[in-house]
Parts: sequence; C-alpha cells; structure tokens
Amino acid sequence: MTTMLNVKDLRAYYGQVQALHGLSFSLNEGSLTTLLGANGAGKTTTLRAICNMVRSTGAIEFEGKPIGTRSTENVVRLGIAHVPQGRGTFTNMTVEENLQLGAISRPDKKAIGSDIERMYEHFPVLKQRYTQQAGTLSGGEQQMLAVARALMLRPRLMLLDEPSFGLAPLIVRDLFRILGKINREEKVTILVVEQNAQLALELADQAYVIETGRIVMSGNAKDIANNEDVRKSYLGY
Amino acid sequence: MSAAEEIVTEAPAVEAVPKRAMTLGYGTSLVVLAALILIPLFVKNFIIFQMTMLLIYALAVMALNILTGGSGQFSLGQSAFYAVGAYTSAILMEHAGMNYALTLPIAGIVCFGFGFLFGQPALRLSGVYLALATFALATAMPQLLKLGYFEHWTGGVQGLVVTKPDAPFGLPMSQDMWLYYFTLAVSIGIYLASVNLLRSRSGRAFMAIRDNEIAASAMGVDVALYKTLAFGVSAGITGVAGGLGAIAVQFVAPDGYTIQLAISLFLGMVVGGVGWLPGSIVGSAFIIFVPNIAEGISKGLSGAVFGVLLFLVIFLVPHGARQIAIIAQQLAAKFKKN
Amino acid sequence: MELFANQVLAGIATGAIYACMALAVVMIYQAIDHLNFAQGEMAMFSTFVSWQLMQWGVPYWGAFVLTVAFSFAAGIVIERLLFKPLAKAPILTNVAGFIALYAIINSVAGLIWDFTIKQYPTPFGSSPFLGSQLISTHQAGMIGITLLMLALLFFFFRFTRVGLAMRAAASLPESARLVGINTSWMIALGWGMASAIGSIAGMMIAPVVFLEPNMMLGVLIYGFAAAVLGGLTSPFGAVMGGFLVGIFENLVGTYIPGVGNELKLPIALALIIVVLVVKPAGLFGRAIVKRV
Repeated sequence: MTTMLNVKDLRAYYGQVQALHGLSFSLNEGSLTTLLGANGAGKTTTLRAICNMVRSTGAIEFEGKPIGTRSTENVVRLGIAHVPQGRGTFTNMTVEENLQLGAISRPDKKAIGSDIERMYEHFPVLKQRYTQQAGTLSGGEQQMLAVARALMLRPRLMLLDEPSFGLAPLIVRDLFRILGKINREEKVTILVVEQNAQLALELADQAYVIETGRIVMSGNAKDIANNEDVRKSYLGY
Repeated sequence: MSAAEEIVTEAPAVEAVPKRAMTLGYGTSLVVLAALILIPLFVKNFIIFQMTMLLIYALAVMALNILTGGSGQFSLGQSAFYAVGAYTSAILMEHAGMNYALTLPIAGIVCFGFGFLFGQPALRLSGVYLALATFALATAMPQLLKLGYFEHWTGGVQGLVVTKPDAPFGLPMSQDMWLYYFTLAVSIGIYLASVNLLRSRSGRAFMAIRDNEIAASAMGVDVALYKTLAFGVSAGITGVAGGLGAIAVQFVAPDGYTIQLAISLFLGMVVGGVGWLPGSIVGSAFIIFVPNIAEGISKGLSGAVFGVLLFLVIFLVPHGARQIAIIAQQLAAKFKKN
Repeated sequence: MELFANQVLAGIATGAIYACMALAVVMIYQAIDHLNFAQGEMAMFSTFVSWQLMQWGVPYWGAFVLTVAFSFAAGIVIERLLFKPLAKAPILTNVAGFIALYAIINSVAGLIWDFTIKQYPTPFGSSPFLGSQLISTHQAGMIGITLLMLALLFFFFRFTRVGLAMRAAASLPESARLVGINTSWMIALGWGMASAIGSIAGMMIAPVVFLEPNMMLGVLIYGFAAAVLGGLTSPFGAVMGGFLVGIFENLVGTYIPGVGNELKLPIALALIIVVLVVKPAGLFGRAIVKRV
C-alpha cells in the first residue's frame, strides 16, 4: 500500500495560541481513516492545516509532493476535497449550482453533467430538489449536498469535518453507509473527523486519537475500538 | 469547536477593541498634556490658531470614534451635526448676545437631541444603508442652511460673522492663545468624560452591540436605546466642536460644512485608529496638515499627492495610529525585560 | 395629468444615467461587498481616454471598444496594486483607500485635461425620439445600451462558469476556496468588469452632462442611491432603481414648491431612506438572513 498523505510535525496557530503541537500521521491510499478526539483537541484544525486555512508549520506531503505552502484553492485543485464544519453550503444558490461549483476547478467540462447524474444516484433526495435554493434544504440534505459537492471534484482524498454534527441518528447511519460505498466503489481515500466515535470506528479501517493537539494513539480501527481507555473516554462503556 | 478556533470566523466590520485599549496610560497622557500646554507659549499666533483647530477637529473625530469604534455604527453625516453646533453657537452669540462659553453646552444639547432623533430611523439601517442615510443628511444640511425661511437667523448664503472673545479677567494673553487654552480645557473635559462613558455600563452596552447585536439584546441590553444614545452622544460632542469651531474661525457659512468635512472626519478616524480615542488627535493632525503638505509638494497635483500620502499611511499602518501605539508598547515591554 | 406623464418620461430619461451607473455599482458590490467611492472618477477617467482617442482620430465605436478594454485592464491593475495589499485590513481602511483613489484620479485628470467643460459626441444623435421633446434619441440609445448590458450580465452570472465562480466567491469566500476557486482573482475580475461597465456609463453620460473631471460627482451619488434602492444584490433592481430615482427627482422638482435644483438631491435621498426603512434590502434585493 502506498502512502497518500503524510503529515510530519504539524504545528498550527491561531494568533498567539498554538492549537497543534507537532502532529504526525499518514493515510494509506484507499483507506478510510478517522480522527477522534474531544472538543478542542485540534481535529478541525488538523483538517484546516492540510488545506492551508490556518497558519501552520511542519511538512505535509500529498502523493509525495509537499503542499504546505500552496494556497487553499491550489491544494483543492490537486484533488483534495474538504467538507468543512457547518457544510459551507452556498445557501443562496440552487442545489444544481452547488454541484456545478464542486466541479468548477476541473478541466474536463464534458463529464460534469454525467457526474451530476451520478450524484443524484448516490443521493436521490438531491434530485428531487435540484432547482431549489440550497439554503431551504434540511440539515441532513445539506450535508448530503456538501458531500456530493466535494465528490464533484473527483477527489483523490476527501476530508470530512464532523459530518454527523446536528443530524438525526438515522440520517447519520445513512450518510456513513454512503461514505463507505464511496470509499470502496470510487476509490476515494477518506479522512473523517468525528465526535461520534462509535459510528466512526465501525466505518473506518484506521484511526488516530488526538488530545490537546497531539496524537496519543493510532492503529487499526478495530484495535482502537477495543482499547480500554478509548472505550472509557470516547465510547462510554 | 474550541474557543481558539472561533477566532478565525469572519471579522466584524468594526474590530472589537477592548475598552482598556481604547485609551492611553497615565504616563503617556501626562506627556501629551504637558506638550499641549507648553507648546503655545513658544509659537506664533497663526500656529496657535492651527493648534486650536487641531483640538476642535480631534473632538469631532473622537465623537465619530465613539459612534463607530464604540457602538459599531457608521456615519458620513458628522458635518451636519458640526454645522448645527456651529450655527447654534453663532446665532446665540450674535442674535441673543450670549456669552460664548455658555453657548457651547446649548450647542451640545441641541445636537444631542438632533442626533438622538436621527438615530431613530437609523436604527433600521446598517452598513452601507446607514452610510447613505447619513450621507443624505450631510448633503442636505448646507442646502437647508441656505433656505430663505431661516435667512433672518442664519444669514443665508452669506453666513454670520462671529466676534472673537477676549481673554477674561484682564489676563495678559492674545485672543488666539486664550481661545486655545479655553478649547484645551473643554477638550480635556470631554475626553475624560468620554473615557469614563466607555468604561461605564453604557460603554459596555455600546461595545456589546458593536460586537454582536443579537447577543447583546439577548443579554438584556436595550439595543434601540443604546444605539440612538450613541448617535446622540456623538452628535452632542460634534456639536460642541462645531460651536468651538465657529468661535475660532469667527465665521459660519453653509459651504463650510459640506460632505467634504464629513469625509475628512471619517479619514481622521481611520488614520487615528478606529476605536482608539487618543488616535483622534493624530487623525485630526492628518486632516489639517496633510492637505497643506500636499499643496506644498505640488500645487497642480495636490489632490493626487494627498491620495498617495493617504495610501502610504494605510499601507504602512492599516489599523491607524493605534497600531503604532501597540508596536511602541511592545518595544517598551521588550526593553524593560532586557 | 399631461404634465405628470411628461415629468415621468423626463424622469426616465435622466434615470437612464443613474441606471447605467448603478449597474457598475452593483457589479463592484457583488465582487467586494462594498461601495467604491472612486467608481465615478474611474468612469470619468475612462471617458476622457475615449475622448482623447477620438481627438487623435479614432472613430467613435473604435474608441468605445478600446476604452472598455483599457478600463477593464485598469480596473484589474488598480485592484492588484492598491487594494489586494489591503485585503486583510479593516473595511473602513479600505473605504479610506477608495477616497484616496478618488482624490488621485480626479487630480490627475484635471492636470492632463484641465477643468474646462468639453463637448462629447453621441452615436445616436440628439434629435427628439419618436417626436417627443422630452426624450432624445441619445437618451433612448442610452436606455437601450443599459438594458443590453443588463441582459449580458444576467447571462454571464447565470450561465457561465466564471460567473458562477464569481457569485460563489462573493457570497462565501471560504467555501469558494474549498472548491478550488481563486477568490482573490475573482475580486480583481470584479474590479475589471465594474470598471468596464463604468466606462460605458461614462461614455453614455458625457453627452448629457458634458465632459469634465467633476462630471461624475452627482451621478455617482444618484447611482449609489439607485443601486441601494433597487437592492445591491440585483442588477435588475439597480436598473429599475435608476429609473425610479430619475422619476422621483423630477416629480419632486415639479410638485413640491420651493425645491430648487439644490434640494432635489437631499429630498430624493430622503425618500430613498424612507423606502429603506420599510424595506431594508431594497425593492428588488434578496433579504439576506444572517445566522448568528
């Protein structure tokens, strides 16, 4: 297995405050990895640092190329799709325009139409609403739209920031099922940040646990799920 | 997620300036005060006059700063309040024969009322809309002052000539110098009152509204009252400045209070640093002296030179004089450590 | 009644000027979320450039096209040189920058072309339009050009990828970057387009108000007012706002006694404020609900 993303000694800062203290981890190509941690542990910051949306130092390599100094849009153009916390929906545009925007940096314009159709297959609810203003969608629908928009990039790597946030449990299950499918069928490497540790560990094959800006545990998702400390702190049994 | 991460969300239009950062420390204040007291003893009358204007505009800039930096509302209409203050003083002095010093509080009260009333419809507006509304006020004011109905009082287009007061109690002082110290005393009084206002409950209410209006109202701040109050206070101080200005220039006329004055005051606030009261005097110096400097560099291109100088200032210190003060403070702290 | 109808027609004719300028205002507002106080001066400068080209013997439409191209490029250059460095500065500092730009352009134009009033040609002629004394063929042509620009803008924003990207960058810069849009260049492009539209406005307005460095002062204020009235988010609203402001202004001048030319502006503005108090997003604007 080849390494897709390699992060070494990542430190990130908000003004004077240091949020990450030398984080190192790597993602294998085709893997589905989850990053677990409590509030304020630095999960979101880690994702933001990969896309250069926060001031950071350290080495970030994507498919062997250093990307630490690239601007956000140029990181994305390499094929790294980022579904941000809060979904980042373009609320005043239609569902279809949101999907178009997902593919806006792609050079192959012809395939966009068929990709949109494919998204409607993954997320049938979006098809029913394609001329509707995205802001009028429910939270769950918006999260589906955000994932679909990210996939429109035809990404090699997808970063998801708490996709379960604020959604009903049934919808979360549905969403995670689709994520698994995308990971297997479309060969998209996925890094998902979650507070819902149980679901995330069921879904993922690799896991990292992060505490106050440092990785404290890493390994196979099953092993992590069986780890006593993790069970106590994150799974609650 | 965590508190640290919330910092990166979109910045509000007006930066949140903590209230302690809005003022100067004691030591620096005393040095500035000493300079303001001593310099006039050694310079010519014309320069004393310019220093008087410096203080007057500083007051007007500070008034805008309380409105914008304090409560987050934006105004391009300060020239209108300034004009009302100036005319109130001038009319009371020339038509009613009132003592100049007594006209100032009246000018302040009249403008406070005017600003408070104007603040009512302005409540519904924010950002560019409020800018346009206040702008309309500023463009209307000179026209209103010219109107035939008020000509008996305002002197119409001609305006009014105001008598310059002599120093009282037979003090051996030129008129200019007396007026300077009088203005200085008034300015210090208003500055101290403003600092106290911003440190008080009302000041906290202003700043809460500036930083997050909905959260402020959720905490029980009467948003409508405090927003109009901020307009009133700002207008009142501007009115006093206008009254002082009328006395210093010895003349009021509609064309002295055009939108250009409002724009100048706005620039003064930006250059001084939005939300930093002591910066007002730096901003005032900028709008008084830089046009003259520009004229000195090139008569034909004075506007362009002014623009270039303004760009230089905002490139070097986008946060205005406040930024210089902060840098100086950090340097001083470093120096102490070593 | 006939007086009323005539005044409305005359209002539409003057309104065309404001509508033209309001389009440029909306364009820049879309890109930078703010009003550019130097926009009128940029349009004035462009108009002088076209005048200079015609003085050198370039035919009208040739000068027109060259000027639009020049203005587009100049808008981008101004953004890259002067406002990109201020991208992280507070908004009020940016406003100070607009004022500085205003002073610079006005002063330089005055130095190059001096402050005397110049005639400016119209490609549409200035005979009465369809036999009406109130509206000339030039004004009719100006209305036509404004509507054409409106249609083009609508097409651009609705059906092109760049238009979509610009809208995205304006509404949510961070999300736009996350789909790979270079938001910084979108802003520059917005400046270029606003400057180009402004130059067309200037060239249409100049035959009416005559060419001189201060020609745009009043026009820009009315253009702002029109854009704000119509709704800053809507090009269509801006054009309608322009016509409405023109009609407002004419009716005020006709029916309210004692309103000279000088009080027209404040009264028109006051009316607009009344509208805004009732409908804060403008007549045609989308109310933007902000989550807190």
